[in-house]
Amino acid sequence: MLPRYFYYVDLALRSFRRNRVLTGLMVVAIALGVGASMTTLTVLHLLSGDPMPGRSQNLYYVQLDAAGKEGFTPGEEPDDQVTRFDAEALVRAKRADRQAMMTGGDVGIEPGRPDLDPFYAGARYTTADFFPMFDVPFAHGGGWSAAEDQSRARVAVISKELNEKLFGGADSVGKTVRVAQNELRIVGVLERWRPTPHFYDLANGKYSELEQVFVPFSTSRDLKLDRSGSMNCWDETNGDETGMNAPCTWIQLWVQLDSPDRAASYRDYLTRYSQEQLAAGRFARPPNARLRDLMAFLDYRKVVPSDVRLQTWLAFGFLLVCLVNTIGLLLAKFLRRSSEIGVRRALGATRRAIFAQFLIEAVTVGLVGGVLGLGLACLGLWAVRHQPTEYAKLAELDLPMLAATFALSLLASVLAGLVPAWRACQIAPALQLKSQ
Amino acid sequence: MLQMQEVSKVYRTEMVETHALRGFNLNVREGEFLAVTGPSGSGKTTFLNLAGLLENFTRGKYLLDGVDVTGLGDDARSRLRNEKIGFIFQGFNLIADLNVFDNVDVPLRYRGLSASERRRRIEAALERVGLAARMKHYPAELSGGQQQRVAIARAVAGDPRLLLADEPTGNLDSAMAREVMELLEQLNAQGTTVVIVTHDPELAARAQRNVHIVDGVATDLEVRHGLLTPLRSSGSTTPARAG
Repeated sequence: MLPRYFYYVDLALRSFRRNRVLTGLMVVAIALGVGASMTTLTVLHLLSGDPMPGRSQNLYYVQLDAAGKEGFTPGEEPDDQVTRFDAEALVRAKRADRQAMMTGGDVGIEPGRPDLDPFYAGARYTTADFFPMFDVPFAHGGGWSAAEDQSRARVAVISKELNEKLFGGADSVGKTVRVAQNELRIVGVLERWRPTPHFYDLANGKYSELEQVFVPFSTSRDLKLDRSGSMNCWDETNGDETGMNAPCTWIQLWVQLDSPDRAASYRDYLTRYSQEQLAAGRFARPPNARLRDLMAFLDYRKVVPSDVRLQTWLAFGFLLVCLVNTIGLLLAKFLRRSSEIGVRRALGATRRAIFAQFLIEAVTVGLVGGVLGLGLACLGLWAVRHQPTEYAKLAELDLPMLAATFALSLLASVLAGLVPAWRACQIAPALQLKSQ
Repeated sequence: MLQMQEVSKVYRTEMVETHALRGFNLNVREGEFLAVTGPSGSGKTTFLNLAGLLENFTRGKYLLDGVDVTGLGDDARSRLRNEKIGFIFQGFNLIADLNVFDNVDVPLRYRGLSASERRRRIEAALERVGLAARMKHYPAELSGGQQQRVAIARAVAGDPRLLLADEPTGNLDSAMAREVMELLEQLNAQGTTVVIVTHDPELAARAQRNVHIVDGVATDLEVRHGLLTPLRSSGSTTPARAG
């Protein structure tokens, strides 16, 4: 059976040589369609991918409605972040398998080296579970402990980039880094890590790069490190928006729940907690807690820019137009060979054999178009990388998308070839031979 | 070898119904050389298409080498065509993209033979028609007579029991036509049954037996000293021998 397919491939190549212009047009049509589709699909794939594959179903984002009575509409979404009081209470309660509260910030780093000027770096103030919960990879050392959270230890975890900048990539665990005029002992150095999207804190950029310094949340409050990101206050703060009892939401709270049952009971716990807070007079609104898993949370926050989705639809529309054109060109090409089909049928080719021969010819066009389309997709992604967008640097063709490109061109060519090949195999040999 | 009993072929369109063959009876014995003659539109080509399993008939019965072909599907008909029948067309019908070797290879490809077996058969067939030296030539590089010889090689490469030829010399000058006829006679002498459809009375006279078709009905004619005389009208299945 296999040699017969090689024979069809050989016939397809001969056919290409005979009709170079027509074949070229078809290849270009498929290449343009595949190139445009793969460029936009790659961007969509990068932006909408699962940042924690294998773990995302167990990671949940917590929302509580701690806001004042004013402006209350039943059933509306609570604020995207929680208050410091609630975050600390829930982390302390340890009702989830893991829990981490966090916020972002910017800190001044003093390298303490004559060749390096002080600079600002992105920081994350969080709690000990952040590292195991998000499976953060370490090159050296590890995260800090819950005890160090409680003792407000002067410790830090730094990124690989910062470690390279400050220590030339050497193991810097045990050394100190000067952060906002405070000496912090380095307990861990991360491997290169860039969760995409930057899911754990969308307020500081949906596709922003990894922070360079990680400091215990408690330490950051002690040292009054600058914070950044959104904040929503509904009452007087007396100038202390980040205080324990401030009526402001500014903390992201993530929990790990290892089974759907655990998630259900944690959801109940959040409702009970809200009721208790309402009873205590801290909450003004009826319990309205939300617990979304990671992918549902990204979906709720509409992380993928709407123009990217639109571009993807448009590109696939363009691919469809290219396919329709290819179908027309293939039909013209195949039906011009009616006499050859008639002869082959007379000499013993079954309809199936003719169908296979012409479908393989279409698929061969598609594969050549796919290779060219891959080149165009790389060019398209190069153009995306030069756009002034947050996600520009991410636009690279990865292995799954490379495979998808070939699958798409194969599918496109099979779809384009089906009707022409079907028409070809329906040609009656008798009529064709008579007309010679 | 070929038995048609009360075979009819009707072409229907929305407006008209055309009876191309009506109650057609013919029995061609193994090893015969038969010429089918008749005026244009008499049903000769329809007969050839039915005999070659290129079309289905409307009514009747057709046995090809003992196999009742009534109701056979496309795969079975294609296999029968490939294994038992060789076609020779007036317009040669060689595939322009393929060289002589690959043209002769076409029917063998659909039989699933090994590459070495195909090569052996192709070389033997081309040797038979005297074109072994032209294997790498393309059809456009050959004369009409040579192209028809390639077509004959293609028809016989699969060792068919029956050769069906539609005006095999129609596009050739008289010298080349004679050459092709001699080749067909040689093949017949080696045991292949040959049926040719022709307008040419001279060609028909060289056959062992003639069947004349008028208005879709066959009449057997006896060939005697170049004169064609009716042997038995419509529906005869008795073969007449030359001489």
